[in-house]
Amino acid sequence: MDSSITRRTGVLLIIFTFSSLLRDSRGDVPTIQTGGIVTILPPVNPDNAPQAYTDAVQEKMPVFTMNYQRIQIPFEITLWVLLASFAKIGFHVYHKITIWVPESCLLISIGLIVGGIMYSVHEEPPAVLSRNVFFLYMLPPIVLDSGYFMPTRPFFENIGTVLWFAVVGTLWNSIGIGISLFAICQIEAFGLQDINLQENLLFATIISAVDPVAVLSVFEDTSVNEQLYIVVFGECLFNDAVTVVMYNLFNFVALMPEVEPVDVFLGVGRVFVVGLGGMGFGVLFGFVAAFTTRFTFKVQEIEPLFIFMYSYLAYLVAELFNISSIMAIVTCALTMKYYVEENVSQHSCTTIRRVVKLLSSISETLIFFFLGVVTITTDHEWNWSYILFTLLFAFVWRGLGVLVLTQIINPFRTIQFNFKDQFGLAYSGLRGAISFALAFTLPENIVRKQLFVTATIAIILFTVFLQGISIRPLIEFINVRRTNRNLDTINVEIHCRLMEHTVAGIEDLCGQWSHFYWKDKFMKFNHKILRKILIRDNRAESSIVALYKRLELQNAMEILGNVSEDISTTPSIVSLYEEKKSSAKPKKTFLATDVKNMHDMLSKNMYKIRQRTVSYTNKHALPNDSHSREILMRRHTSIRCSLRPGSFQSSVVPKSHKYFSLPAGKSLDVKFPPGGKSCTDDLETMSEVVYHPRPSRFGRLSRSSSRAMMPLRRLNTLTEAPSVNMLDERTREERSKSGRGTSRKNSSSSDSHIAAPHRPFHSYVENDSSSAYNIRSGHREVEEEQQQPPPPTRAVTPRNNAAQNPLLRRPQWNPKKM
Amino acid sequence: MRPDAPRGTAAMGASQTRNEHKYHDLADKSGFSLEQIENLYKRFQQLSDNEETISREQLDSIPSLANNPIKKQIVEAFFDKRNQHHNEVGSCGEIGFEQFLMVMSHFRPPSLKTTEEEKETMRKVKLRFLFNMHDTDNDGIITLVEYRKVVEELLSKSGNIEQEAAKAIADAAMLEVASTNVPHMAPDDFYEGITFEHFEQILKGLEMESRMHIRFLDVDTPTLRCGKSTS
Repeated sequence: MDSSITRRTGVLLIIFTFSSLLRDSRGDVPTIQTGGIVTILPPVNPDNAPQAYTDAVQEKMPVFTMNYQRIQIPFEITLWVLLASFAKIGFHVYHKITIWVPESCLLISIGLIVGGIMYSVHEEPPAVLSRNVFFLYMLPPIVLDSGYFMPTRPFFENIGTVLWFAVVGTLWNSIGIGISLFAICQIEAFGLQDINLQENLLFATIISAVDPVAVLSVFEDTSVNEQLYIVVFGECLFNDAVTVVMYNLFNFVALMPEVEPVDVFLGVGRVFVVGLGGMGFGVLFGFVAAFTTRFTFKVQEIEPLFIFMYSYLAYLVAELFNISSIMAIVTCALTMKYYVEENVSQHSCTTIRRVVKLLSSISETLIFFFLGVVTITTDHEWNWSYILFTLLFAFVWRGLGVLVLTQIINPFRTIQFNFKDQFGLAYSGLRGAISFALAFTLPENIVRKQLFVTATIAIILFTVFLQGISIRPLIEFINVRRTNRNLDTINVEIHCRLMEHTVAGIEDLCGQWSHFYWKDKFMKFNHKILRKILIRDNRAESSIVALYKRLELQNAMEILGNVSEDISTTPSIVSLYEEKKSSAKPKKTFLATDVKNMHDMLSKNMYKIRQRTVSYTNKHALPNDSHSREILMRRHTSIRCSLRPGSFQSSVVPKSHKYFSLPAGKSLDVKFPPGGKSCTDDLETMSEVVYHPRPSRFGRLSRSSSRAMMPLRRLNTLTEAPSVNMLDERTREERSKSGRGTSRKNSSSSDSHIAAPHRPFHSYVENDSSSAYNIRSGHREVEEEQQQPPPPTRAVTPRNNAAQNPLLRRPQWNPKKM
Repeated sequence: MRPDAPRGTAAMGASQTRNEHKYHDLADKSGFSLEQIENLYKRFQQLSDNEETISREQLDSIPSLANNPIKKQIVEAFFDKRNQHHNEVGSCGEIGFEQFLMVMSHFRPPSLKTTEEEKETMRKVKLRFLFNMHDTDNDGIITLVEYRKVVEELLSKSGNIEQEAAKAIADAAMLEVASTNVPHMAPDDFYEGITFEHFEQILKGLEMESRMHIRFLDVDTPTLRCGKSTS
């Protein structure tokens, strides 16, 4: 129902927008005419026209005036963007479409339809694209997006292969296709003799820019192995850079009357200068940006701005020197990301990511949309042979290239690409926005520009539609090796680290340096120098700890969420919640430092959440899980208000087995005084200490919630704990003592009973892992129970509370566990 | 194929043919190519000061290992008889080249020809290797103490992580294992520790291919050699 309304509204709005667009653009054809195409200048410099009133005032005060000229450019751009965005909404109304048909296809289709309508009413398409607009405004967001969201670790693990395919592969394609097309042009029957070698190469370069956005999202969904994914991702990124460099080069060469051999060498040299120079600028600006954000914590409102400005600056400066601006912005993003995200506040971090996504998706949407429109509305020069051969060669050279290049690179890889992977690589060679834009912005003095544009559009449409739609079934059919990326359990993280260190150690042992060695070295350098300089709050954090904190927080949020949803039906949650409340209760005993500490930790946690969700996003979507978490976070804050103390008292169910689990990291937890009432019989005795529903504690809730999962431990002895602090002291002492049990028994009793059935109560992604935490049961004391039958004398045994905080007490301490 | 005479001629008193024969044996056992074995042998001699065997101290003193947080476990793995596939337990004081090689062989990457079953076995062997790193007392179970120890070591080099935190993490991890493997535990059941089956279970979805492999060089590349000087 909801969706149908949305759809209807969407359709209405589209129609409305479109009709208004048509009506509006009817009168305005007299714009700047370039080559029969209306060029709309970027919105940055709107008209210099003075106030609208000026000329009207002379006679009488007009009641109604209209000055369309003045707002025309930004107005039309806005409408186009809106129209494209509505189209996007439309696709997602019926979700299955976007699974089977890539979004780019849909956008192009809409563009085709709009183009068709415009053509039928003889409307000129508003050309958003001019060379400058494309290179200065539309391209940077797209590449910034890819650079910023590049999964860093796999990328550096495969950097050799990525560069190999991106650089050599692109050269291979452009030269191969260019020369074979040139050969075709020599055949008189086709009437193509006027296309010379340079122009052929230029054209081949244009169409060797792959843009597998559609493929990447398929790869993500089917979770193909990381190596394949990252090679395709990296290839498309760096191949843009290579293509643009080559494009400029050939563009230059194509206009030269004749080419001497020395020019070829100069050209090759230039490619390197351009590429490496771009990287240099990128790294430079990246570090500067990171360094700047070290000091921006006072001006958080403009924090994100620095990121964009520096990236853009890197891009522009690179343009200024005619070196690869794409490389510059990509390396800039890659370099600064890690440091910036630690420096800026969590909100800024979100903003940065959102805006990057937003801008890039606008750019890309517009390009694809526009591609559709242009396909219909421009004049084409259709030459069957040239276009068919282009298609053929594009396929053949791509396939050959992947085969050959893999054979060469495979011996250097630890994990080699098998034939399925190679197929995936070859088949993911979709052409996209970049190709189109490059073709469209070809200089006018290239004689067969029309033909090139037509051929480019043909190959884009062909690959995007055919390959884009068929790749999902194919990948699933041939069953490419997959990587499960959604393993977020502490054990996995620990073992990943363990393996990394092991492998690095073994490499050291056998005296062979390879990338683990270099990674090790870089990490050391990073910790010793870079982080000190670039990061404000230099506290190194192991990935294990980060993950741990994240899970902890996530768990807390989920529980909070669930509590608010359904308090009465889930006793276990209720008891959980009580744990939490009690943990939050004794507000007065917090020292200021503790509060600050907690606050820090929480904000760090939140931030970590963001940090960890980056890895795989496609160009059109923000990371999904962060989305849901955000909701949780919001709920988490709102729940504070909605909860009333005491509302759970009635629903205490002794059977609740839901124990909260994660022991708190750091020493913070000891600061939480005991509390936590739980089962009914505890209640009588404990209530005065433990369960005072006090409104004040809810203020604390938000802070302490991350602490919520602490090991719940069986407390067979009731601590009356008159003074919270005393207990704390004891706890702390005991803790330090009990840590290292010598005998195994001891140690296990010190805290590792694990028990309690777990109830899957959240249906979120990490069901398994997080439910794990719920289980932690107090656990120890099987032995102790025997020796020391529990109540009614509830004496405090230090050993029991020893290890952890009071939350650990379980709802029911009853020895005959139900 | 014939190996050059190793740098320390005293070490291999054997004739070349015997040498070669031995290498072939080792190649069969470990799956390395002869070149790789030769390379590793050179390294072995480098580390062992041209002795037949190598001792803990010699491995401990490798400078490039110094910063590895789990150095102790790694070195220990070499002396662990369980990693030799002989169904023995315990640890030995010194190891010869063969043992050295067998431990290294855990890290052989799969080739394109490796079948799925072989990959599965390889994976299991690797997991077993990891498991043995945890399970220091050979009883087939990783107890909480053992687990904590490893986690503490792992975190020991990463800044100011307190022991408490490491402990907490190990606890949480243990809990996680317990919950995934024994979902319906009674509240007071005691989870002894991670058995190998459970260990496999928790790392089930994890791709090991990209993580537990080393590309052993086929050619001797002295320039790439790091580490200990032979003196």
